[in-house]
Amino acid sequence: MRQTIVRNVSELPTYGYGPRSGPWWGAMGFMALEGMGFAIAIGTYLYLYAVNPNWPIGAAPPDLWPGTVEAAVYLMSIIPNEITNRAAHRQDLAKVRVGLVVMALIGIALLVLRGFEFAHLNTRWDNSAYGSIVWLILGLHTTHLATDVGDTVVLAVLMFTRHAKPRRFSDVTDNVFYWNFVVLAWLPLYALLDWVPRL
Amino acid sequence: MSAVVDRDELRDDVLNGLQLSSQLERIWRTPSGLAGALMSVDHKVIGRRYIATAFVFLLLGGILAVLMRVQLAGPEKTFLSADKYNQIFTMHGSTMMFLFAVPVMEAFAVYLVPLMVGTRNIAFPRLNAFSYWMFLFGGCFLWISFLFNVGPDVGWFSYVPLSSLQFTPTKRADVWAQMITFTEVAALAVSVEIVVTVFKLRAPGMTLDRIPLFVWAMLVTSFLVMFAMPSIMVASTSLILDRLVNTRFYDPSSGGHPLLWQHLFWFFGHPEVYIIFIPGTGMVSAILATFARRPVIGYPVVILSLIGTGFLSFGLWVHHMFVTGLPQLGAGLFTASSMLIAVPSGLQIFCWLATLWDGRPVYRTPLLFVIGFLVIFVLGGLSGVMVASVPIDTQVHDTYFVVAHFHYVLIGGAVFPLIGAVYYWFPKIAGRMLSERLGRWNFWLAFIGFNVAFFPMHFLGLIGMPRRVYTYTADMDWAHLNLLSSIGAFVFALSFALLLVNVIYSLRKGALAGDNPWNASTLEWATSSPPPPQNFDRIPVVKHRDPLWADSESLPVVAGLSVERREVLLTSLAEAEPQTREASPEPSIWPLLTAIATTVFFIGSIFTPWAVLWGTPPMAVALIGWFWPSGSKEDEE
Amino acid sequence: MKVWVRRVLSVCATLPLTACAGRQSALDPQGLQSDQIRHTLFIFLVVAAVVWTAVVIALGGAMMRRKRAAGQPLDLHQAFEERTGRVILALGIATTVTVLGLSFVSYAGQRTVFAKDANVLTLKIIGHQWWWEVRYEADSPHQSFVTANEIRIPTGQPVKVELESADVIHSFWVPSLTGKMDLIPGQKNELQFTAKNAGVYRGQCAEFCGLQHAHMAFAVLALPPDEFGRWREHENQSADSPADQLGKQGEALFRARGCALCHNVSGTLAGGQLGPDLTHVGSRTTIAAGTLPNTPATLGGWISDPQHVKPGNLMPKMPLQSDELIAIIHYLEQLK
Repeated sequence: MRQTIVRNVSELPTYGYGPRSGPWWGAMGFMALEGMGFAIAIGTYLYLYAVNPNWPIGAAPPDLWPGTVEAAVYLMSIIPNEITNRAAHRQDLAKVRVGLVVMALIGIALLVLRGFEFAHLNTRWDNSAYGSIVWLILGLHTTHLATDVGDTVVLAVLMFTRHAKPRRFSDVTDNVFYWNFVVLAWLPLYALLDWVPRL
Repeated sequence: MSAVVDRDELRDDVLNGLQLSSQLERIWRTPSGLAGALMSVDHKVIGRRYIATAFVFLLLGGILAVLMRVQLAGPEKTFLSADKYNQIFTMHGSTMMFLFAVPVMEAFAVYLVPLMVGTRNIAFPRLNAFSYWMFLFGGCFLWISFLFNVGPDVGWFSYVPLSSLQFTPTKRADVWAQMITFTEVAALAVSVEIVVTVFKLRAPGMTLDRIPLFVWAMLVTSFLVMFAMPSIMVASTSLILDRLVNTRFYDPSSGGHPLLWQHLFWFFGHPEVYIIFIPGTGMVSAILATFARRPVIGYPVVILSLIGTGFLSFGLWVHHMFVTGLPQLGAGLFTASSMLIAVPSGLQIFCWLATLWDGRPVYRTPLLFVIGFLVIFVLGGLSGVMVASVPIDTQVHDTYFVVAHFHYVLIGGAVFPLIGAVYYWFPKIAGRMLSERLGRWNFWLAFIGFNVAFFPMHFLGLIGMPRRVYTYTADMDWAHLNLLSSIGAFVFALSFALLLVNVIYSLRKGALAGDNPWNASTLEWATSSPPPPQNFDRIPVVKHRDPLWADSESLPVVAGLSVERREVLLTSLAEAEPQTREASPEPSIWPLLTAIATTVFFIGSIFTPWAVLWGTPPMAVALIGWFWPSGSKEDEE
Repeated sequence: MKVWVRRVLSVCATLPLTACAGRQSALDPQGLQSDQIRHTLFIFLVVAAVVWTAVVIALGGAMMRRKRAAGQPLDLHQAFEERTGRVILALGIATTVTVLGLSFVSYAGQRTVFAKDANVLTLKIIGHQWWWEVRYEADSPHQSFVTANEIRIPTGQPVKVELESADVIHSFWVPSLTGKMDLIPGQKNELQFTAKNAGVYRGQCAEFCGLQHAHMAFAVLALPPDEFGRWREHENQSADSPADQLGKQGEALFRARGCALCHNVSGTLAGGQLGPDLTHVGSRTTIAAGTLPNTPATLGGWISDPQHVKPGNLMPKMPLQSDELIAIIHYLEQLK
């Protein structure tokens, strides 16, 4: 077929931020389906809650402090996360490096806290259906947390190497974006795991 | 915003003709040799593999169906033992649903969507490669297990407690559950790719109301996958946990509940039907427009119907559970919501009939399959309305009536359009036409064989024959209809053999296709058959919903993309205005290595929970390898 | 019309009708509920047939219609497109009205089918892999008894079955009397039905329940109320003592060869609870959950090799001399 050039796009940039970039939409897609996974897990919890006259089954509710401390850390982590985001948009390599290291450390701290939380659930996964769903939900969120921490660490390492090219900053903003999802996912789960059994 | 890169590289606005083609081909081609084949990230290469693999599974699933029909052809036959029969019907259902129907639709999308939206590769090509490997490994895992007599035997729905450790102490149920995980990972990955491809990689000017209907169908399907499949992931994971580490999700003595499984399964399982059917409707719309020689009437109605079907499909899973003792009023409401899905389906059918009414139909094989689809699917839809009624369902549920119903819906609604699509797009994929003569035989054998095989099953169900029985006694009056059905099944199987012959013959001897043998209107026909690695030498600009009909003389295109590195054009979501020239990944072995690491992890974790510990580091290493910049121009921009 | 054509057509026309009758058919209702369901089914069937025929006629019309002369695919007439749009909209509204109407018909049928009566005979049915335990329970334990795979009910009186499962999910289905209901571990379901006419109606498990799902049938015997009363009176009594020497020998072997470990025979020392209760097994019409008719020959075949008849069931093969087998069969046959 004959071709007629009607437009030239050579002046367009080679990467973009946010909805202008492909990976951002990819992250959005995965967040949507993972969010659905959390929703289904919450639905499962509520189903079991509804069909059982006693809740929690044969156990005390989880100790409040690990989940609460985590929730606080998550909420506060939004601040350095956003600072990193802005630095990435400005392509300020030094600040991005600091930001990523701080975020990696926060992530590791949360993983440690998560260990305490598992230890203070006051039930085992094989005690009852209650124990099973609590462990499943916490495990599901921990997988997300661990994956994002791993991603942050790798990205931080990249930013200290010769690969710290402009388009990496777009990757940093996607990482920031995903972290917000991990934080956002935790809040309803915290309410569900720590407060619903106390109703 | 970022800085504009210096113009120190060659662009396609200074090259032309053969020079441009060969330069782009050099950049975009899959490396030669075995290593190259394993590294390929070309959506056409992967799409072809995906389609071929899915059809191999169709063949295997079909053989199982024939075996079942031999066993049931007469009463008290001993051709298959109860144990073999139960494995075979489970394998048939699981193979057809998870290894054929869903993957084949996604496979067509992987091949066609980038071409139809006018771009050079799918979004996230490495994820695409990974998805294929996961699908292949998952399918092989299931079938190798079956050959070693560890094939699942608890039905494709795997109801607890039958699938629990107590009643299935072998690994058979684990094999089923983990095969689910494999195929879900593959399907979810493709869905994200399709969504992002449609959202961001459309050719400039392809606004939302100029997207081809098949692409719309695949977009809606991808969203259905994204929101339905997490449910079965939670289900299969919790089943494996119950079996492996003693969790109590489904143990009624510890607060669990068997019906939880059914809710989770059908919350996925009903949209699953539409995940298979909606792509079929997209194929119908594409074929119908081309062969009725006019655009489909009611383009916006069709799209709204697709979206409406998508939403409604999440609100009717309970109609699979009408006989589990649910509250009556709730069940009644699910009757109404189930029947309402007839409205968007009906609207689409009216649009197609009107298109045919006003068109000037050319009766080639693809159109024959679309007409067969209309006759069969409408019948299946109407028996679906019956099944949605609570009182009727209490009689027909889990009988051959339902077997008849869903084969009318799935084979009528998806397989007939699919075979039509094979005849329609084969010239694009292979560069040669399929034989029209064999095609007509293929259609009539399929149409007659199908109806002879499945229509009698409606009666069998109503006269009391339950599903999933490996035999029946001679005094049950079921023998004649079963024999008839088995004869039909053989004829139907023969039609697929003919398709296979046609494909093999035409690959070598078929007439050369040319770019646009059907004189169709969408962009995949604007490039050569088969398309070159770069799909298009220059990215088309779309000014009409039927670009090749609106301007059949010349194709408006954009220039300015690199010819030294892989680059795709990103456009805005609604208006498809060009935004960025983003790099597209080069071939890589890491998706395959990641898939191998994931496979080891998945299979290991049905034997020991410690697989989580030793299975994740290799996956992490493979993923880092995948994303680590290789220092090539694509990565270092 | 040629004779053979007419003959073929007439055979085809009667095929579905002859197929309707049967002991296990939703199209041959013998109960109040199955009658109502068939009524609803027929309304749906008529609507479906009309709609399908209309679509096929429209399709045929579209294909046979005289077409406009060849032209460009995009030569469209705006007026035609708009008119067609309105027709499609109207058909969409018609579809909506139809399905809402059918929903209403369905719900009305559902209310009748699941209506509850006060004066009911209550049975408890417990599903096992792969047989049915049937408990007739009354306030006084002396009025309660247990049987298996055969349910006798009075005609004309509503019967309520309480459904439970001892292992996996099963489904209780007697199409001639009513639709099915699942037996789910950890959940109590119930189903009510009324037999209009006396007769033997076959039922079968309708939810896949493992290896021998195909061989999990049962029979419902609907008896006139007075006959049912007599049967119940008799069933309530302990097993008859064997009348002859061979029978006594059989009873002794029944205990000595391990049968009594799993099977109960009321009034004797045999008190096993794992398998079906055999107190009145001689009066049942079938054995092995509807797999075989109950005759001395089939009973002998079953006892001598249960794994051959129904592979995977829990009954083991017992080494028995042929005279021992004959004695046991003789004993069981007397347990009327």
